[in-house]
Amino acid sequence: MSVPFYVSPEQLIKDKADYARKGIARGRGVVVLQFDSGILFVAENPSRALHKVSEIYDRIGFAAVGKYNEFENLRVAGIRFADMRGYAYDRSDVTARSLANAYAQTLGTVFTDSPKPLEVELVVAEVGVTADGDQLYRLTFDGSVADERGYVAMGGNAEQVSAALEESWHGGLTLSQALQAAVAALTAADGAAALTSEQLEVAILDRDRAGRRFRRLTTERVQDLLA
Amino acid sequence: MSSLNRAPASPAVLFGDSVLPTAGGLPNPGATNGSSFADYVTATAPSLLPQGNFEGIAPHGTTIVAVTYAGGVLVAGDRRATMGNIVAQRDIEKVLPADEHSAIGIAGTAGVALELVRLFQVELEHYEKIEGAELSVEGKANRLSVLLRGNLGLALQGLAVVPLFAAYDPIAHKGRVFSYDVTGGRYEEHDHYAVGSGSIFARGALKKLHRPTLDEAAAVRVVIEALYDAADDDSATGGPDMARRIYPVVAVVDAGGYRRYGDTQLTPIVETVVNARLQRPDGPMVELS
Repeated sequence: MSVPFYVSPEQLIKDKADYARKGIARGRGVVVLQFDSGILFVAENPSRALHKVSEIYDRIGFAAVGKYNEFENLRVAGIRFADMRGYAYDRSDVTARSLANAYAQTLGTVFTDSPKPLEVELVVAEVGVTADGDQLYRLTFDGSVADERGYVAMGGNAEQVSAALEESWHGGLTLSQALQAAVAALTAADGAAALTSEQLEVAILDRDRAGRRFRRLTTERVQDLLA
Repeated sequence: MSSLNRAPASPAVLFGDSVLPTAGGLPNPGATNGSSFADYVTATAPSLLPQGNFEGIAPHGTTIVAVTYAGGVLVAGDRRATMGNIVAQRDIEKVLPADEHSAIGIAGTAGVALELVRLFQVELEHYEKIEGAELSVEGKANRLSVLLRGNLGLALQGLAVVPLFAAYDPIAHKGRVFSYDVTGGRYEEHDHYAVGSGSIFARGALKKLHRPTLDEAAAVRVVIEALYDAADDDSATGGPDMARRIYPVVAVVDAGGYRRYGDTQLTPIVETVVNARLQRPDGPMVELS
């Protein structure tokens, strides 16, 4: 009879975390940042059909990096969670905080219980009535939640993108300024040619709209805003 | 045995089974396979669906009319809900947006009908969010059929819901109207249609007043006239309440999406119709030609 190798818990957790980090770092970057009248999502994503950014509910948006099949599964689960809450109670009772908690539970459980952690990093964002009410939650593969202010960068070269945004982001940016800052940060981190509007997936949560505030921006609109 | 040797857990196990986890994980995405919210809620929380027995005590909504015109479709409903001989509500809204490009009007048991509309709204939005694209007009109309069929048991106990669904078809570039029966039977109507207790009178008026060349403003006038005639002869349908300034709900669905007429837009039109009826109570006379 063969005896399984002993692996210490510390080593196991470290191996899993390294594995997840590597998987996430391979992907292209995503930036979520506040601007004067809402929250802006910018993803480096040449695909028109496979989205990294999505609507969850009236005020709530979702952005992800990592393995597509894994975050797509989480996105669908999040929409079901939000729609079920809103239907059972009221639309105003669906909050980013409860959704971020649910995601954290799921990510944490998979990280500890499953041999392979989910190779994803998520942002759940909620646009408030004023900029002070905006909420940005960053969720990592092990289920930790961070309540962020201003901007979040994820995916490949996240640290360089964050460093660039640290310089360029400040409260009260217009949509056009925020988009330019995000694209400049993603481009600088890539060290490649400037990103064109065709390579970007851009969406906003618009504070000034009623009802469903999530809107995707067309390639033409993005071009205009970058000009 | 080390946990490295374990088979990967299935997503169903990972997400947990509770429907509304207050502190737990997300709902189980494996419960249903499709993008239907109604299937999902039926599988996981059937108690949230419209049900119960309110026969004889439940308010009823009455007349809904829909008219297509060049460029779109218009849906309008009176504001009365009745419970036997009692006016249960004077300002009920029975015409609602189903999503940004369609409208639904409801006649029948008000409580069940409004709940059905709420479910239908979430159904369309849920599909759109998960799939990243809106359902086709036919697809929306078919989903409403399925939801109605689910209400058949209640309908047989006297709690019927009769909706009228109208949408702008971006492929055919025209407004479309669908009527339903209690079994979920779906019928596409042309030009105009009406449902509810006052519908026979409204349809009589629509037959005489509707023409294919109507523009939006004329179509609004036509539906107000038709609802006036329904209220004239059906005690369960409410006419324009001039004293309280409660007017019919008029909603337009065109290429720009769903748009409801506000009171300021509607007041002059309703006043014109009511003033004309002071001269000629039976409404506009149609030329014999």
